[in-house]
Amino acid sequence: MTLALYQLLYIIAAGSFILALMWMSSPATSRRGVLIGELGMLLAVVGTLMRHEVVNYEWIAAGLIVGSAIGVPIAILMPMTQVPQRTAISQACGALASALIGTAEYYAKQPHGFTMAALGLEMLLGFLTTTASVMAFGKLNEMLPSRPITFKGQNIANLSLLGVAVIIAGYLVVHPEATYLFPIFVVLAATFGILLIIPIGGADMPTVIALLNSYAGLSACSMGFALDNKLLIIAGALDGSSGFILSIIMCRAMNRSFTNVLFGGFGQLQTSAAGGKEARPVRSASPEEAAGILADARSVVVIPGYGMAVAQAQHKIRELHDVLTKRGVEVRFAIHPVAGRMPGHMNVLLAEADVPYDKLVEMEDINSDMGMTDVALIVGANDIVNPAALNDPSSPIAGMPILDAYKSRTIMIIKRGMSAGFAGIDNELYYMDKTLMLFGDAKSFVASLVKEIGSNHD
Amino acid sequence: MNLEFGLYVFMLAAFLGFQLIRKVSPLLHTPLMSLTNAIASISVVGAILISGEKDASMLSRILGFVAVVSATTNLVSGYLITDRMLKMFKKREPAQK
Repeated sequence: MTLALYQLLYIIAAGSFILALMWMSSPATSRRGVLIGELGMLLAVVGTLMRHEVVNYEWIAAGLIVGSAIGVPIAILMPMTQVPQRTAISQACGALASALIGTAEYYAKQPHGFTMAALGLEMLLGFLTTTASVMAFGKLNEMLPSRPITFKGQNIANLSLLGVAVIIAGYLVVHPEATYLFPIFVVLAATFGILLIIPIGGADMPTVIALLNSYAGLSACSMGFALDNKLLIIAGALDGSSGFILSIIMCRAMNRSFTNVLFGGFGQLQTSAAGGKEARPVRSASPEEAAGILADARSVVVIPGYGMAVAQAQHKIRELHDVLTKRGVEVRFAIHPVAGRMPGHMNVLLAEADVPYDKLVEMEDINSDMGMTDVALIVGANDIVNPAALNDPSSPIAGMPILDAYKSRTIMIIKRGMSAGFAGIDNELYYMDKTLMLFGDAKSFVASLVKEIGSNHD
Repeated sequence: MNLEFGLYVFMLAAFLGFQLIRKVSPLLHTPLMSLTNAIASISVVGAILISGEKDASMLSRILGFVAVVSATTNLVSGYLITDRMLKMFKKREPAQK
């Protein structure tokens, strides 16, 4: 038994990917992780180019050059606020590659049995992830409405579509020569991807993005089975399990099940629940009043949500953190796992604004301190601080773990107006006696807070 | 094709993946997704094999070429962006302004 050089390189590459994920566990080692991941990929590509089956290099070289020419500018020019969109589109690219390789393999070899089954799974996941990711991109980029679109019989329609695609794939496993069925299979898989995302609302995007990440990995993994390539199996399985775990974490953070996220059509139930209520009085405050309270506080917890990302308020918030810290106020940031549009979204934005990461505190760790917090400053978040999740069993978000902002001595909520949050649920928090509503654009409101504290309270 | 061996590899890798990912701090979930995305562009290996075959048909070549392009785009931008993100994660500033 001999080992070709490329096989040795593949083994080292697989080890590098494992190390890369291991080093991602902490910010101190994470950049090393990226480096070793790059090395692993380089070895995999070099090893593949050395294989004796590979004889024509023109197309490969052209592809590598074009791909790099597209990839490098994306990586350098993309603003950090676009991270969720970028992730969606890159998932689409990865899944498309996998789907097309499967297609080429099918037309070239029309394999039977197990190989065809693996190819079928690869293409099914590949095509559906491609279109689903493009749809997710459209929703995240607000080219498509980000509210869920549902219709009667949607789930049955979607599932039967998927069922037909699977049946065709099964037929092709037994009769791979039935090439006329193949385009139908592709169209069905791609359509299912689109239909899968239509009922998904913005707040569920973190789960769905993670799930699509998992599918893209599993598609690469099936390709590994079809091509008998262990490196593909390992890398695909790592990606698949990673995406899967993240989506479980996101589901748990919303106290919802997978099926509920995918088939629930969040945002539909509330129209009945929220309608018909009268406007209730709220207390609002000017930047001057709010700045006075903040300046006199001992501890402040900032709770960011998607609204902060939309208003691009993270830099101003960091300035607020600076002026308050200078006065000796303890400022921390409470991060809810599903705040934003993808896992970890808020952390990246705040890190971009140079907020030190040891100030970003997870929900479980900060909730016990909320009762001793002077001011909870909520910026563009709603459902993740809604006490209805704890008190009202009939609420659509019942049981969802929340940040206990209601326990702090004073609550400030920066908001454009009194409209309900994404889920369309009214928030008790707004009407509490200790709550001050700060109406305005998050970015400019925080800017005036900073100015006020800087000039009048020094 | 050794199916049994392949499934063993898959099972072990999936378990390892679960263990490794569970240890990643939620702080880094976005860069983690970006990194695993980049690792999934390992499909470039399959793309190279398809496009480099000796007697590949025109269809294979074209599909292979598009696959190489999209996998490479994902690979290059994935790694670069992950690093760009991680560079931003800093502990407390060395000097207070």
